[in-house]
Formats: sequence, C-alpha cells, structure tokens
Amino acid sequence: MEPTYFNEMYQNGGVRSPYRHLENWTAEMPAELRSLKQAEAEALFRRIGITFAVYGEGGDPDRLIPFDMFPRVFTAAEWARLERGIKQRARALNAFLVDVYGRGEIVRAGRIPARLVYQNEAYEKAVAGFVPPRGVYSHIVGIDLVRTGPDEFFVLEDNCRTPSGVSYMLENREIMMRMFPALFRENRIQPVDRYPELLRRTLQSVAPAKCDREPVVVILTPGHFNSAYYEHSFLADLMGVELVEGQDLFVEGEFVYMRTTEGPKKVDVIYRRIDDAFLDPLCFRPDSALGVPGLMDVYRSGGVTICSAPGAGVADDKAIYTFVPEMIRFYLGETPILQNVPTWQCGKPEDLKHVLAHLGELVVKEVHGSGGYGMLVGPRSTQEQIARFAERILADPANYIAQPTLALSTVPTFVEEGIAPRHVDLRPYCLVGERVELVPGGLTRVALKEGSLVVNSSQGGGVKDTWVLAE
Amino acid sequence: MILTVLHLTTYRYETPVRGVVQSHRLTPSQFDGQKTLSWRVEVEGGQRGGGFRDGAGDWVQGYSVRGPVSELVVRVAGEVETFDLAGMLKGHRETVPPEAYLRETAATRPDAALAELGREASAGARDPLDAAHRISAAVAEAIAYAPGATHAHTTAAEALAQGEGVCQDHAHALIAAARAQGTPARYVSGYLMADVAELPHEAAHAWAELHIAGLGWVGFDAANRCCPDGRFIRLGSGFDARDAAPIRGIARGPGSESLDVTVAIQAVQQ
Repeated sequence: MEPTYFNEMYQNGGVRSPYRHLENWTAEMPAELRSLKQAEAEALFRRIGITFAVYGEGGDPDRLIPFDMFPRVFTAAEWARLERGIKQRARALNAFLVDVYGRGEIVRAGRIPARLVYQNEAYEKAVAGFVPPRGVYSHIVGIDLVRTGPDEFFVLEDNCRTPSGVSYMLENREIMMRMFPALFRENRIQPVDRYPELLRRTLQSVAPAKCDREPVVVILTPGHFNSAYYEHSFLADLMGVELVEGQDLFVEGEFVYMRTTEGPKKVDVIYRRIDDAFLDPLCFRPDSALGVPGLMDVYRSGGVTICSAPGAGVADDKAIYTFVPEMIRFYLGETPILQNVPTWQCGKPEDLKHVLAHLGELVVKEVHGSGGYGMLVGPRSTQEQIARFAERILADPANYIAQPTLALSTVPTFVEEGIAPRHVDLRPYCLVGERVELVPGGLTRVALKEGSLVVNSSQGGGVKDTWVLAE
Repeated sequence: MILTVLHLTTYRYETPVRGVVQSHRLTPSQFDGQKTLSWRVEVEGGQRGGGFRDGAGDWVQGYSVRGPVSELVVRVAGEVETFDLAGMLKGHRETVPPEAYLRETAATRPDAALAELGREASAGARDPLDAAHRISAAVAEAIAYAPGATHAHTTAAEALAQGEGVCQDHAHALIAAARAQGTPARYVSGYLMADVAELPHEAAHAWAELHIAGLGWVGFDAANRCCPDGRFIRLGSGFDARDAAPIRGIARGPGSESLDVTVAIQAVQQ
C-alpha cells in the first residue's frame, strides 16, 4: 500500500495558512511566464557562479543544482518549536564533545558504549584534554530534518564538522526577491541575510585567550577544485574576511600568520573547510599539502581557534546519532524536543536479523557514508538490488544502520506537466559561540523525480527557498 | 639511578630551505619512575612556539625556524633520576582512556600471523599480566635483533614475516599482537642506557606499553626481553612509531635532507 504523505500546502481539500498567498500566485502565472522565470533564475545562478560539482559523478563539474521557484513555507509557531529543538540539540552535541575529550562522564555512566566513542575513527586523540574557547567544538551545526505530519519532525542526521549548503539558503532568497518582489510584499517573510554577520560574530566570539584585539578571522579552503569552493569564497566575501589556502598560512613561534602584500598578519580564528586529516601534516596525514605544518601545536597552546574544532566529527557519526536524545537528557536534563528516527544497528545481531528480514521496507545506510552514496532505499529497489545489498551488509554488518522509510512531506514543485507534490527535507544552520543563534530559514532540498525520497543533489535533488513567516 | 642524556639531532639541507617547523616530544614524562633534575632542549636559531601537555600526558613543544636554513641542530641535554617500578607507569596523569589504544594503524595492523602469535602466546596464561609477558617473550623469539634489516616504514606484519628487526619492529609487533587479543597497547619512545655488552645498543630507544586491568599501563621491552627499569627514560607515547616520534618536522623548500643522530646516556650515580 502506498503510504499517505503530508502535503505542506494542501490538506483536507483546503490550503494551509502559511501557503494561502501562494495559490493565487501560481494560478495567475501562465505556463510561458513560468518557463521564462525558470530560465531567468538559471541565468542568475550561472551569472553569480553558484555551481556544485558532484563528487564521484563525473560529467559537468559546473553543473547547477536545479532551483525550484515554489517556496517552502513555515509559520512562526512551527518555526519556534523547531528552533528550540535545533538549539537544544546543538548544545547537547557540544556538551558531548567537551565531555568525551575530557572526563568522559557519559561513558563512565554507561549511557554510551566506550567502543563507539574511543575507537571511532573521528575520535582525535590529539585533542583529548583540550577545552576550546567557550567550550565549543562544533560552531556550525547542520541538522537534517524531515517532516511527516503537521507537528511531526524527525532528525535524520547531525553535521558537526563543516556542513555545506548555506550559500544556497542565501542565494535562493536573493534570487526569489529579485524575480518576485511582489511576493515579499504580500507575505511577511523573516529575513535570512543576517547569517554572514552572525557567522562572523560567532567566529570572533571564540577567539583564543591570547588574542587581545579585534579577532582576525579567515576561511581555510582546500582550493578551487573543491566542490564547495564557491560557498567558501561567497561566505568570505559576505563576512568581509580573507579566503586562504594552506600555503597562505604559516606558523611562527606561538601563532599562525597569513601572508599578505603588506607582510605577515596574525590570524586568530580559522573557519576551516578542510577535513581534520588534512589540517596539519605534523599531527595528522603527513602527506597533506592542504594544511598548515605546526597548526595543531598553536591550536592546543591557545594561539588560534579552529572552527569546527578538530575531533568534532565523533559527535555526528551515524552510530553515535542514536544516542543524541540520551545526550540531551544527560547533559541538559531536558526532554528532547525533536525526535530521532528509530534506528537499527546492523552490528547488533538481533537488529541485523530484523533488518535482513525487512530490507524491502527499510532505508539502509553506511555508518560513515554521506551524500546518498552506498545506501539502499528498500521500497524503491528491485529484488536483485536488495539481495546484492544484503551481501554487502553481511560482509561488514557494523558498517550499516537501517531506518524505516519515512513518509517525507511534500511541497508543490514546478515540473514539466505543471505543479506537482515532491518530497523535501530541511537543513537549518545553527551557530554556536558566545550565543546559540539560528536564522529563520535553512536549505530545503527537494527530490525532483516523481516518487523519489532521495533529496541529495548527487541523486537528482534540487533546492527551494525556505520561508519562515513573521507572527 | 641518575642518568645524564646528551642527544643531538642534526638536519642538513642540500638546498637551503625557507623555514622549518617542528613539534617535539622531547621532555621526560612525569610519573613516579622518573624525576627530572635538569633538562634543556635547544634549537639553533629557532623560535619557541606553543607548548602544552597533551591528553596522553606528554609535553609537546612547537618550534619554528626562519630560513634560509642549511643546517639545524636540536640539542637535548639533561639529568634524570630514575626508579625501578618493574615497568609500571605509576602516578602518570592522562586523559585519553585506554580503549582509544585498541585502534589499528597501518604500522600495527595485525595480520593472521600476528594474531596467531598473540593467541598462542597468551593461551594458558595465569592472568592478563602473565599473558602480556608471554606475548612480549614470543615477539622477542620471533624477531631477531638485526640492525639494518628493516627501515622506518616497515610494518609489524612485515617485520614478523622477515623475522628480523630493531626495537621499533619489536614494539610494533607486540602492540599489534596485544591489540588483536583485545589488550590496549601503545608505542613509547625514550632513552635507554645499555651498559651490558650483549644487549642491543640503542640509546634512542622504543618499547611498548600494554594496559593491564588493575595495574594500568605497564611497559614491555621485547627487544631486551625485560620491563623498563632504572635504565630507561620515558619521553612520550602514541599509536605507533610515527605517532610517538620525539621530533616531527617539516622543512619548506625543495631538495633533500640528511639526518644525523647521536645519543649518549651515562649513569652518574647508581
């Protein structure tokens, strides 16, 4: 039986309140105008240069992620609850990171198995015993959410390292405002353009103790061949900070400096968009040419802050994910506001048995995978695909988790035949520094293929502008 | 026992380099088995960087040297009073939990032979400490001391297959075999005053520590078939030799680098 999906615009034959101004908007837009506008949007994206090379997919590296003009809308009340839940989760994840690199109380209390934490590939021995400024490890927490009903939201995964995509949140809004200014007069939409300013303030608020002036922030990128390079340069531009590569930085004495035309300039906070393994060849991968030799010694002795902190990845591992509600109870003494998706760990024999018997109904993912690669969507797979995937699971059960196929909500989307519901998810970007901040919005990804539940851009996903209405 | 140390490391660069950055673990560990009487690390023309005690309890000190550099000398000199604790690392403060040292690295990945060695040696052991001694003895039997037979990147599995090696190989093999048995194990770098003619003479030395429930970390020197005593000075630890290296460094610039190390350890008082 086909499950019923929550349509965020149409319910019980009527239009839900946040979408009420959008019905006329689409009704009054003839098909020719629509395709004209769609072409205009694409041209704008091209001109700005926003592209996203898709890892491992080959083809055109300057491919655009399709932009769908039909916005996704939340009421102020819906958002208020989401905001509380997201901030709660971001605080708990950071408390967990400080704890597992310190006394490890949550492990000692028997709430999380030691093996999952300390034998985790993302656990960095090199930062054990270190508390970063303000006790923050993950300064930008991207939390992937899906909706299954009016008040039902589930967290799919947490991204504590360097979640990407925020440039789309900003660009999608910019383009919608340029193309449809009337919409922004009819609807009271909360702005998202404070994000770069908030990000800069967050980063400056975690400057190291040794910094005694207005902190100098830089963005460290692996370079222009990286798929998110556009975003790195975009954010640097909007924040008014330098975009640097490893070779632009060097360590001297107790500090890190950036080479500039006016000579070396001390750097206080590095928003890095490269993985831990490449940060410092003296500490991590010795063959890394992307990092800065000696950076970790400066970091650990309080001469510079690295955001997100090395080692933050141990909190967003898919096996650790199961324990986030436990973290919220343990560190904050609160009841989790956002729910986790029920998850089976294939490493546990009884869970494995259940998963193998129900592969046709489940989504199976690799523990360390991302981007929608190496996953099985049971209900959309053939018997043969399921059988092949079962072999992969059996070869290394601990590497897989399984979750029920969620009935992802849909939002009207422009398709060739007109307008049709398509499944969406949401990634808001929570900032953690002196304060915990969240701009009202995020990145809505949409599965453009009919019936598809996979929203990843590498698998035919697109993006939408995400509106949060004022009270 | 009071030991004096003079440890000189000289780097020579074929083409002068634009700069050098180093990270040192060159300071004696703080635990009940050793008391530092005096200690000095000097880097010719170098600027001291940040220093800190890491989660494993080691003092880490950064250095940078502005170019052009054609020769660089790291000079370590000091005096340490040592006490024989039968290998036990008593009174050592650290944050990293023992479970973290169950992780494999490329140099310490156990192949079937290493796992088998660990299993066979520990079969019939009275307790975990006895098992550790037996694995250490088995490694000593299986790998003969043969300087030059292996190189810096030889893995534990390769050394065992070859049946020859130096202290680094003994430590790697012991770590791999112990971890395969579920015993946390790590690599330790330090100094050894080898005054007995038949012992392998490696003043810049390395051994392994295994974590034994109830006892904590205990050192095992398979190369010398013993546990660290008053002749040993402990500097730092890691997952493997690379992770525990007393000096890690990188020079900015092309051209090749040559390295010369001399270490002299003497007992000034028994």
